[in-house]
Amino acid sequence: MKTDNTNKNKYSLVCGLEIHAELKTNSKLFCGCKNDPFGAEKPNIYTCPTCLGMPGGSPVANKKAIEWTIKVGLALGCKINLFSKFDRKNYFYPDLPKSYQISQYDLPFCYDGVLETSFGPVGITRIHLEEDTGKLLHKTIEKVNSAGREAGLGHGKQVSLIDFNRSSVPLMEIVTEPDIHSAEQAKEYAKEIRKILKYLDVADCDMDQGGMRLEANISLAPIDKNNPSSKLSKLPNYKVEVKNINSFRFMEQAIDFEMGRQAEILNDGKVPTQETRGWNSVKSITFSQRTKEDSEDYRYFPDPDLPPIRYSRENIEAMRAELPELPAQKSKRWATEYGVEERYSKQLISHEIFANWLEESFKICVKEKIEPNKFAGALINKNIRVSHVMSSIIAVEEFKKLSQTDEVADDEIISVITDVISQNNDAVIKFKSGDTKVIGFFIGQTMRKLGKKVDNKKLGELLLNELKK
Amino acid sequence: MSNKITTAQIKHIADLASIPISEKEENSLRDAFEETLDVISELQSVDVTGVEPTHQVTGFENVLREDIVNEENMFSQADALKNSKHTYDGYFVVPRIIDEK
Amino acid sequence: MKNKMNHKLTLKQTLDKLKGNELTLDELYSDINQSISEQNKELNVYLTLDEKSLEKAKAAATSPLMGVPIAVKDNYCTKDLRTTASSLVLEDFIPTYESTVSKKLKKAGGVVIGKTNMDAWAHGSSTETSQYGRTLNPRNTDYLPGGSSGGSAAAVAANMCIAALGTETAGSIRQPAAWCGVVGLKPTYGRCSRYGIVAMCSSTDSPGPITKTVEDSAILLNYIAGHDPLEGTTATLEVPDFTKSLDKGVEGMKIGYLYKDLKGLEEIRSIFSEQMEVFKKLGATVDVVDAMDPKHGVSIYTIVQRGEVSSNLGRYDGIRYGNDRSFFGDEAKRRVMLGTYTLSKGYADQYYNTAQKVRTLYIKDYERLFKEYDVLVAPTSPWYAKKIGATEGAAMFGELEDLLIEASSLSGLPGISIPCYKDEKTNLYLGMNIIAPMYREDLVIQVADAYEKATKWNSWRK
Repeated sequence: MKTDNTNKNKYSLVCGLEIHAELKTNSKLFCGCKNDPFGAEKPNIYTCPTCLGMPGGSPVANKKAIEWTIKVGLALGCKINLFSKFDRKNYFYPDLPKSYQISQYDLPFCYDGVLETSFGPVGITRIHLEEDTGKLLHKTIEKVNSAGREAGLGHGKQVSLIDFNRSSVPLMEIVTEPDIHSAEQAKEYAKEIRKILKYLDVADCDMDQGGMRLEANISLAPIDKNNPSSKLSKLPNYKVEVKNINSFRFMEQAIDFEMGRQAEILNDGKVPTQETRGWNSVKSITFSQRTKEDSEDYRYFPDPDLPPIRYSRENIEAMRAELPELPAQKSKRWATEYGVEERYSKQLISHEIFANWLEESFKICVKEKIEPNKFAGALINKNIRVSHVMSSIIAVEEFKKLSQTDEVADDEIISVITDVISQNNDAVIKFKSGDTKVIGFFIGQTMRKLGKKVDNKKLGELLLNELKK
Repeated sequence: MSNKITTAQIKHIADLASIPISEKEENSLRDAFEETLDVISELQSVDVTGVEPTHQVTGFENVLREDIVNEENMFSQADALKNSKHTYDGYFVVPRIIDEK
Repeated sequence: MKNKMNHKLTLKQTLDKLKGNELTLDELYSDINQSISEQNKELNVYLTLDEKSLEKAKAAATSPLMGVPIAVKDNYCTKDLRTTASSLVLEDFIPTYESTVSKKLKKAGGVVIGKTNMDAWAHGSSTETSQYGRTLNPRNTDYLPGGSSGGSAAAVAANMCIAALGTETAGSIRQPAAWCGVVGLKPTYGRCSRYGIVAMCSSTDSPGPITKTVEDSAILLNYIAGHDPLEGTTATLEVPDFTKSLDKGVEGMKIGYLYKDLKGLEEIRSIFSEQMEVFKKLGATVDVVDAMDPKHGVSIYTIVQRGEVSSNLGRYDGIRYGNDRSFFGDEAKRRVMLGTYTLSKGYADQYYNTAQKVRTLYIKDYERLFKEYDVLVAPTSPWYAKKIGATEGAAMFGELEDLLIEASSLSGLPGISIPCYKDEKTNLYLGMNIIAPMYREDLVIQVADAYEKATKWNSWRK
């Protein structure tokens, strides 16, 4: 089911994203257990009474996780709730050991931000902090001990296994306004969020492992035929939530698929069902998981175990002052200050430490009268093998070596060229018949014979002269 | 003052609360519900205009921990699983659930 | 063996005798164990006994509490010792961790001799909701011991331990202490850690001692109080030495007498008015004070507690430990469901949010009273212990029994119940509840101790 062009002209996409990212703190959000669910060698080795939901376990919030959430909020231009708290979200599921998830209901740490995309701004509704659940593994039992606690598990029995290493790992949720109007924009937004989280060094955002998870709220609004560019006067009266998308490509596909599916329903004069759908990446389709009619009732209430959190304006301003320059801002500045093209800098800025190293290298380039843009290009094309553990001075040295040429007299070059021409008659004939690709061959041969490094441009000119003779 | 609760409501609440109940219990629970609601409904008569709710009597704020791993408080895998009736290969086990979350 | 009456000693007497080598741990445990084996079958006080308690006591002989046997309510998780919270859901639950308070007790040399019966999940004021049978009141076995810490109060009253630990949410230490004729101290919310204690109502649960004398409560509180980095609502305040509040008298203190003219208390009014004379004779002033009607406390407590219970008891799904949710008893089912209802969409504002606001009004009312009075006193319970079976068909039994306590519990205040009268015909007691501002357990102990020592002439007070 593809979106055909007629539908594209009839409906406009109204889409908001919810991005969950696990924060890479040392310890979990509400207990001192190790936060390393992907690195754990065995299941259920990083648990305690609190994250395993044992009787009497009690949470104490991780300061760093809160500060990081606020940091991300500030980076995304959010306002910060100076008074905030954690609430219990009550529901039953085997991977949720306490039967409630500690989350934030009406006072998230951050709200009302924005992220610019090339398709227009995307409003950030809120960013809140919550705890992750355990992990379920669906399995068919192969071999079992016939005794003890495995006794009931016969061969071939279908079970779900639960590992609580991930239980209570800090999970940040970033929710947008329904400002996204194309799958491409959704992808750009999500990629930029990942870039910022990685750059701020608060999350690994490993999508394969579930370290970053995407959810899209998708609906379609009819376009006013008389005035197609007019803004939507009101939001559609339904919303389809597509959950558990674990790659940017799948998200793009899921949105496109939903646009087609929903357009067909709307074309029939019906309204798509308000529901939660999953993404089947094998069939490339979404499928119904749960209708919203059995409406969720999470019975939120402030967690009595966790005293509220209050920051002063000064606290927040101090955090803002500590915020590094973000990738997008840096790219713009580097373009004007160092003449580094944004297509390079956008690829290079991955991490704050690396970005600082790059800027240090650019400064040395300027001093050495080397164009920083060429240095950046060499990094992108992997012409020089350097890394940020190396000092910037050495890296620029490497680059200089690459671009340095030996002082060679024209005569010496020409004599080698004539040798090469005389020994490769076939190639000369090819050249004369108009095959200019053989130039490269001649350059290579000449360089090898010469055993020195000369400027490619100059060599090319001399070669052409000789060949045309 | 009398609060009427239907058995349909009782069933719905039992479902939300994940409490298995029998038909007989539905009726006795409905009676207990109504008795309790009759008592607590008196609260509606208290004027709470402009009163802030108290969720925490301690008045504490910002009770936070540093981001340090507390090895001492962590269970070994064996201790984590010790009280479970069904385990397999280091995991807790439940009958297969279709992922509907 | 000496007089074989060592189980009747107070904690202070026991420690003194052990220190003075007038008593050995063998003798002490022999008497205690005999007292248990003679009475436990009838009274149903202990659900689980630690067979190795004497061995553990000997290992703790040089610690401050010298290995004395302490009864602990069965909602404290005790490592390697079964913990059921008197529910069949946790029938075979053997914790692999220790509650902070019992850990502190053990560290100080106290020995958990056994786990005491209670209302299942601490839901109730009678022990009749226990899924292991009710406990009987040792003072008169036709009567209930009160609850939810009924087993611990009975263990103290029946001399089946030297002292005990209970927990209170709203009356669960003081009401059974009153009914069993012993001392029960409910510390300020946050004074003692809740970590490792089966959570009932997280915003009011408070662990505390149940003892034979006020002095014993002061001694125990010294060892179990204090900040716990694992529990975010514990106070970081320094813990004073509460035994320093003993023998200080009440001269010059201002005491407010609460609920004197409350309907339903007519028959015990004269008894309490007499007790006020005791304070006056000791040099304190006593004024009858008007406080906010305690009846809203019943409503708030019911709403807040049921709400938190519905959430706190969700974890018992039988996957990681224990049995599944079909094992819950009737009372737990009722509470979980009512809490689910009052927190659910469309009702939260009407019930939960309103309750938390009225709670604020009580806190303000106490603040007003404590501007004028050092402590407030009132009957602990409206009447003597009730007969066994009294809870049948009474969904609000506990709440109404705890009417006089709930408002102060919801406000987090510390309080103590001390026996103040015995009915010679039934051998049943009345308790007097003394409450003080937040973190002023010292005042509660000071006043109760002065009262206790001034009424030594009572034949029943040893």
